[in-house]
Amino acid sequence: MNAAVLQSTPETVAQKIEVKNLNFYYGGFHALKNINLGIPERKVTAFIGPSGCGKSTLLRTFNRMYALYPNQEAQGEILLDGDNVLAPGQDLNRLRAKVGMVFQKPTPFPMSIYDNIAFGVRLYDNLSSREMEERIEWALRKAALWEEVKDKLKQSGTSLSGGQQQRLCIARGIAVKPEVLLLDEPASALDPISTGRIEELVHELKTDYTIVIVTHNMQQAARVSDYTAYMYLGEMVEFGVTDEVFIKPKKKETEDYITGRFG
Amino acid sequence: MSLYARRLLLNRFNLLVSLFAMLFGLFWLGWILFTLFEAGFKALTPDLVLRMTPPPGSTGGLLNAISGSLFMASAGTLLGTPIGIMAGIYLAEFGRRGWLAPVTRFINDILLSAPSIVIGLFIYEVYVVHVGHFSAWAGIMALALIVIPVVIRTTENMLRLVPDSLREAAAALGAPQWKVITFVTVRSAKAGIITGILLAVARISGETAPLLFTALNNQFWSLNMNAPMANLPVVIFQFAMSPYENWQQLAWAGALLITLSVLTLNILARVFFRNKTPVY
Repeated sequence: MNAAVLQSTPETVAQKIEVKNLNFYYGGFHALKNINLGIPERKVTAFIGPSGCGKSTLLRTFNRMYALYPNQEAQGEILLDGDNVLAPGQDLNRLRAKVGMVFQKPTPFPMSIYDNIAFGVRLYDNLSSREMEERIEWALRKAALWEEVKDKLKQSGTSLSGGQQQRLCIARGIAVKPEVLLLDEPASALDPISTGRIEELVHELKTDYTIVIVTHNMQQAARVSDYTAYMYLGEMVEFGVTDEVFIKPKKKETEDYITGRFG
Repeated sequence: MSLYARRLLLNRFNLLVSLFAMLFGLFWLGWILFTLFEAGFKALTPDLVLRMTPPPGSTGGLLNAISGSLFMASAGTLLGTPIGIMAGIYLAEFGRRGWLAPVTRFINDILLSAPSIVIGLFIYEVYVVHVGHFSAWAGIMALALIVIPVVIRTTENMLRLVPDSLREAAAALGAPQWKVITFVTVRSAKAGIITGILLAVARISGETAPLLFTALNNQFWSLNMNAPMANLPVVIFQFAMSPYENWQQLAWAGALLITLSVLTLNILARVFFRNKTPVY
């Protein structure tokens, strides 16, 4: 147990997700090694680290996305509001409705823009068509996409540009009103302008949601996050308030990575 | 000679050989089509689709054979397609774990390449022998058995082309697996699956062997499912082997008809697939 890591989360901030002694295996490969971490509520937490360090893997344990595949196994505890996500009896569909996720590549469904958003909403809410329209407008406005698509809601979601598709995916994710939003390199396939929009959006969304973002872009982590975790080779090297991690990291490895002296 | 010039020469040579191989293949195909048109075209009269198969020496058409073929091919497709699609979904979406899917896939591959006469004999043995007579039902079963493996294969392949990220995205919203499959993955693969069905229809509309032992043939108009039913392939087989000139003529016309409809189906399948394939 790495006490230093746990302590670096300020006690005053409520923790939405608590990771305790988490180990993760891809078949025989030990991908996450004894991770301990607290994700603060209604804040943005960024995971940074070189490729293959396990940051996406860690993110994918929070909504048990890995459970879609055989031979992937997590051991330990992930407490979401005190409830163990990894418990065998966990209802995965309900869990995922509570913990939304946006992926690296935009993944619009093969249906209209309207239905792309309504699909998730219909799963857990029985709304009248008026309420549904309101919900869709609300989500699209939140995702800063409403002005661009309000006249073509019946058009296919795949007809939008890459940046618009990604904002559609974010709108889809928040339309179901989750409590936590997991962003897995949401801007890595986008141009700088779309990236900027998405970063603004993240900043705005944190008033309502707990956000965890995985990113390769350190400037992005510094810009959008309140807390930053640096991971390397499946281990949590350092976790703390973003400014501290970036300005005076406690560990030499973190400093090397952040300043580009890595490797 | 420099290395570059030699490479250039070798490239030209290989290109030429490939071109001739292509022309060689195309030549026979062209000849077959030409013969078919030459011999069958003059028999393409309104009588062909308006009158029944005639006795030797008199005039007639292929109405009972055309309608029988259409009927049995559609019924076989209707019977085989849902089974094929569902099995394909199983293989692609649930087949990641366990031993059942790989075994099924292997057996399906065998079934896919099994000679169709074996399928005809199989239905003959398990159904025709037991009821004691040839029938349209037996023909439909044999055709469905040919449709199933083709549809399973294309459905599975098309579903596998759907990126996992799309499945993950739907699952991440909290959608149960059956909704992910019906609303997202199958929908994305729809054009490919339909193409597979069209190709299966094209395949069975020319099959003779499985019908020879099952539906046999009928000289007359019949809609009785428990009696032999006329169909184009067997009529062509019978008429082409006969010494009567009017029958031979009709056989050519029938062959042309089947070729044209298979051609149309293939073109439709291509057009459909090209226009509807989503780009990721």
